[in-house]
Amino acid sequence: MADAYIAGIDMLKFGRYPDRSFGELGGEAALLALDDAGLGVRDVQALYCGSVFGSFEMPGQNVMRQIGQTGIPVTNVSNACATGAAAFREAWIAVKAGICDVALAVGVEKMPRGMLGGGEETAISHEGLFGSASMPCVFAESGMEHAAKYGTTFEQFAKVSVKNHHHSTMNPKAMYQKETPLEEVMGAEMIAYPNTKLMCSVNVDGAAAAVVVSEKKAKELGLDRAIRVRASALASDPWNPRNPTMWDVNSVTQLAAKQAYEQAGLGADDIDLIELHDCFATAELLHYENLGLCAEGEAGRMIDDDETALGGRIPVNVSGGLLSKGHPLGATGIANMYEVALHLRGEAGARQVENAKRGLTHVVGLGTACAVHILEKA
Amino acid sequence: MNKTSKTKERMSTDPKPAQKFIKFETGGRPYIEGKRCRSCAAVMTSEPLACPACGAREGYDSFRAAETGVLHAYSIVARSYPGVATPFVSAIVDLDDGLTLKGNLINIPPTPETITPGMKLRVTFDDALGRTDKEGGSYIAYFFEPAEQGA
Ligand SMILES: [Zn+2]
Repeated sequence: MADAYIAGIDMLKFGRYPDRSFGELGGEAALLALDDAGLGVRDVQALYCGSVFGSFEMPGQNVMRQIGQTGIPVTNVSNACATGAAAFREAWIAVKAGICDVALAVGVEKMPRGMLGGGEETAISHEGLFGSASMPCVFAESGMEHAAKYGTTFEQFAKVSVKNHHHSTMNPKAMYQKETPLEEVMGAEMIAYPNTKLMCSVNVDGAAAAVVVSEKKAKELGLDRAIRVRASALASDPWNPRNPTMWDVNSVTQLAAKQAYEQAGLGADDIDLIELHDCFATAELLHYENLGLCAEGEAGRMIDDDETALGGRIPVNVSGGLLSKGHPLGATGIANMYEVALHLRGEAGARQVENAKRGLTHVVGLGTACAVHILEKA
Repeated sequence: MNKTSKTKERMSTDPKPAQKFIKFETGGRPYIEGKRCRSCAAVMTSEPLACPACGAREGYDSFRAAETGVLHAYSIVARSYPGVATPFVSAIVDLDDGLTLKGNLINIPPTPETITPGMKLRVTFDDALGRTDKEGGSYIAYFFEPAEQGA
């Protein structure tokens, strides 16, 4: 079966858009992606629209109201923090299956303010009674599991945040462009040890979109800037006796990564850059191992040796990551792909990863879903 | 057994369990009830339609969970939602018979220097921090504390 390609992809600068609707934000990203592909709304044969907090208001149809109501099939997708990547994957499936030659994937989000999590509704609140279900705490616990096993330190976790904030100073579409030295990260307000405020992803609004096309259509449009989708893998959390008392983001990532590498016939050594799910600084280190960037227990050493910084052996989150670029749940997955596409096209400016041929994107939505995509310069 | 013993049945006004898997002995003493898959022996605190580990639909045997275990992972929560007192220690605890529970670790200073994964803990039961439902009903919760404490 021929591979599918990304013919166009773009994102809005992540930030706060209180006066704009899901349809407007998603529609703007869709038009940017169509312009990038040199296509119009009449070329689009299907739309898959990802959103978490907009999922009750038919965000995909509202996108069509903004860009042209051509009557095509529209499917709204929601899969926690893996929503955007899941919408993209539906578009990929439609093209791979030969059902259409041009499918549009949009991820759009407007976020509520404050901390996410808090657990299910019960007769009395369980927060602070049976530990905490807040996201900063849940991911702190995952980090502390790693720390107990391998001696990973608060400082090593904090270095992730220093690195990603540094990367974001070169990304004009990131929410923040601000250096955060190690002392500042470690000295910031403690939220859930070891995650300080600067080690938590930024709660922002945003949208991103991608035009997925068949090989035939890609060749017709010209392969100069086309991105070949080498793998699209999606996993749900397999049985593990501690899960979901302790959400398991590790085995689900290992499962999706294994499938993606197998699909592409590639290994971690063949990848030139990675955008992974650094929803909290503690999470990034776990995924170095889950994605096979290093052996088990070596993630702390990797960050100490700057191997994942721009210019290092395998740069991770050169966009600034969720920690500084921002994390609008439904848009994040496609925004990660946009970042990788920029590098494969040699259009990433100051943060360009030299000679990037292949990139991997990864998102995890608690509950739990994990998507891994491998993209390659056509 | 002597039918005239002081065994009392629980009254509707008695505190309710704050988790479905907290049960009460006839005498009123709370305990944690686990479920064990009759096919693969996986343990959990609920009864899914089919076993999430093996997919069997042979049902579960209930068991009274161990009240000792070890700390697997934790976080010291410094900021929570409005109205929730901080700091508190959110702990993931592996009980000695395989169940994993999340709860507050109490009776220990909330610092990384004093809390060590792998440390032995025991389960205690107490009022749910004074929290009541809309009808004013009170609840019983479980907590974890160092096993050495007061031993
Ligand atoms: Zn079973």
